[in-house]
Amino acid sequence: MKINFVINKHNVTVDVDPSMRLLDVIRNELHLTGTKEGCGEGSCGACTVLVDNIPYDSCLTPIANVIGKEVMTIEGIRESKEYNVIADAFAKMGGSQCGFCTPGMIIATYALLQSNPHPTDEEIKVALSGNLCRCTGYQGIINSVRLASQKGEKND
Amino acid sequence: MLPEYKTSVTKVDNADKMAGKAIFTGDIQMDDLLTAVSVRSTIAKGKVLDIKLPELPKGYYFISAKDIVGENICNIIFDDWPIFVDKQVNYLGETIGLIVGEDKGKCLDLAAQVNITYEEETPVFEMVNSYIYKEFTKGNPELFKGAAEIYSESFATGYQEQAYLETQGMIVYFDNDVITVKASMQCPFYIHKAIMRVTNYPENKVRVIQPAVGGAFGGKEHYPSLMGGQLATALLKIRKPIRMIFDRPEDIAFTTKRHPSRTEISAYLDKHKNIIGLNIHVHIDGGAYKGCSGVVLSRALIACTNAYTFDNLIVNGDAYCTNKVPSAAFRGFGSPQSIFAIELFIHHLANHLGIDPLELRNKYMVKQGDITSTNGIFRDPIVLKELRDKAMKMSDYENKVKLYSRPGSNRGIGMSWFLHGCGFTGGGESDIIKAKLRIKKDKDGVVTFYTSQVDFGQGNRTTLKRIVVDTLGIPEDKVIYDAPDTSLTLSTGPTAASRTIIIVGGLAAKAAQHLKDIWVDGEEQEIIEPYVAPNFIHWDEATMQGDAYPGYAWGVNIVEVSFDPLTYQIKVDGCWSTYDVGHCIDERIVVGQADGGIVQALGYGYLENEVAIDGKFRQRNLSDYIIPTIEDVPELETGFVDNPFPYGAFGAKGAGELTFVGGAPAIALAIEMAIKHKVNKVPANPEYIMELLSHED
Repeated sequence: MKINFVINKHNVTVDVDPSMRLLDVIRNELHLTGTKEGCGEGSCGACTVLVDNIPYDSCLTPIANVIGKEVMTIEGIRESKEYNVIADAFAKMGGSQCGFCTPGMIIATYALLQSNPHPTDEEIKVALSGNLCRCTGYQGIINSVRLASQKGEKND
Repeated sequence: MLPEYKTSVTKVDNADKMAGKAIFTGDIQMDDLLTAVSVRSTIAKGKVLDIKLPELPKGYYFISAKDIVGENICNIIFDDWPIFVDKQVNYLGETIGLIVGEDKGKCLDLAAQVNITYEEETPVFEMVNSYIYKEFTKGNPELFKGAAEIYSESFATGYQEQAYLETQGMIVYFDNDVITVKASMQCPFYIHKAIMRVTNYPENKVRVIQPAVGGAFGGKEHYPSLMGGQLATALLKIRKPIRMIFDRPEDIAFTTKRHPSRTEISAYLDKHKNIIGLNIHVHIDGGAYKGCSGVVLSRALIACTNAYTFDNLIVNGDAYCTNKVPSAAFRGFGSPQSIFAIELFIHHLANHLGIDPLELRNKYMVKQGDITSTNGIFRDPIVLKELRDKAMKMSDYENKVKLYSRPGSNRGIGMSWFLHGCGFTGGGESDIIKAKLRIKKDKDGVVTFYTSQVDFGQGNRTTLKRIVVDTLGIPEDKVIYDAPDTSLTLSTGPTAASRTIIIVGGLAAKAAQHLKDIWVDGEEQEIIEPYVAPNFIHWDEATMQGDAYPGYAWGVNIVEVSFDPLTYQIKVDGCWSTYDVGHCIDERIVVGQADGGIVQALGYGYLENEVAIDGKFRQRNLSDYIIPTIEDVPELETGFVDNPFPYGAFGAKGAGELTFVGGAPAIALAIEMAIKHKVNKVPANPEYIMELLSHED
């Protein structure tokens, strides 16, 4: 089945089974490998992408669900000015170690700060609770989001 | 307040990892790449009588023990683990063969249709058949006969899953006539050696290259060697590139994990409540094959008195053969099990004797010059008192102990202190690993150096490079240090045992200094620097006597919890840690290890429950094997006491495992205070707490 959607601001058409996972379309059909598979059932958040600006686990999303929608992966996010603020904060605060969860963490952070530029610690934790990290113990990630929020403020 | 990391530099791999540009094994694009899936045993023990294959379409292959050109052995210290089951199955899910072909779905279908006939044998799942036994004594255990009282307890710890976010995966292909491997791994030369043995290929015809690696924690130390043997066998037959990536359930069910344990401790007391000595017996579940269980057992035994000095000891240990997935390396490597036991034991003993636990602990705290459990010497300055005082102050420990000890508080605070021996045990560095580091300079003054150390998140690529840059005193862009490639680097040993900075970092500093000493502008120069152990290290492996490690790192963890008496849930409210890692070269990186280590350890202590029933793990994915999320973690506060180590690079000791070993006892002690009941097992999850409290009624 031919499926049209927007990925990273480009229109694409893929000819795949409509039940195929969005994750597989992104990685195997479009060769965008920044989106990772960590568990395949929505527990870890390594496959997080934005669908119409809302974070989705792409491993749980059939491609048919994004027909006509706008999907953003890390390859799209990294072109934005907000990404630079977030990535710089992650670098300064030690928010990334092995890097496997990092694209998903950055997308979750991006989505949070878009809708809530000055989150409380509790709001940060809720927003990132679907993204597992086994390396950092999360302290570096929380500090990264706090710093990105502060820096974003100065750019407002 | 956000931290400032004044001693830190930007991590060399940050930019690519954040932008999603870092290439992990699953991200590698290649033409004609085939997929391999495993055909696994469906019984835990028995003989394979017959294998009936479905009709294999063109381009699909079944690879098994019959296809192995060399030896059907994956050597992990011992030669007992086969690459593929030949006749004898020893655990549920052992690999009998691979189905290889273009489409993964079709491979899985075909694998499910392979029909295997077994003659089943009775499996053993309990710790009854010891396959490795070790023992040593200290002082004069004859004195135990004069004891006025003997106090004994038993402690248990469960399995733990490494739960690296990237599952195990590997690609093999021919580059001309060289078997080339890219994999999620810790130890390129382990895979290199395993493949040579399985294929009979010479050293220069096998090449292992490290792509980005998404976490490891010990779980990718040995298992990739097994996958390497399997995939290289398939490659020789099919001669096309092949990739195998485990999905999460497969990774959890069939790859190596932390050894479950049971530790029995008896204290022999005189009539003044002094401890004459201890008798400690550590039991670990090694699974179907020995692998590295003997070394894990050694570390568990050496660490069994933790940061306390007792004059008289009887120490015994057994590793048991069970028909389950082999247990293997995981951050801490045996010491978390025995340190959990002794930390809880000291508290329980103090309570039994009516002494303040802190007073009893202080009385036996290790001091510089003390004799270690194996009759070595703690030579270097020990700053454990400073670490203890600093952590107690940061956490307001004493006040909270008073407050939370009251009945009905439902809150608790627990403190552990601990040590970790850095580097391989005993003579391992000089007798087994024999690291050699190559550093060279071209005519333009660009320096390139090589190690076999894998950066799977710890930051060692950044720190090792910095050690060389700072030693040479040249700009960073004049030093090239890439990920390991066995065709270029000499082996500087595995990325394990908290040895990277203390051993390889020290070697890199030495090599760079030698290059600097002979530096001539405009000339090509090369140095090969061998590791030389400090001459005071003497170790006898047979008797387990002497200096077990070249150096020790130290730490204190304090954890605060609250307990919900309705749901039996535990919430972690605070966590404070202090460490002596010698000198912190890069504070941000070390804090990253500290935070990640303690959270993984808290998970071990109260959340992460992994249970095998009839050899089958009940937990199948990260939705039922629960690791800490960001919501489970309080603000983590970490402090350091600088205590430069004379034999490491820039005074640094190891930090990777140290940060794990004290977390479980600290939270278990906090839980004890909150629930007002002794804890003897981790994970101390709600089910266990309910069991403890229901027995009280």
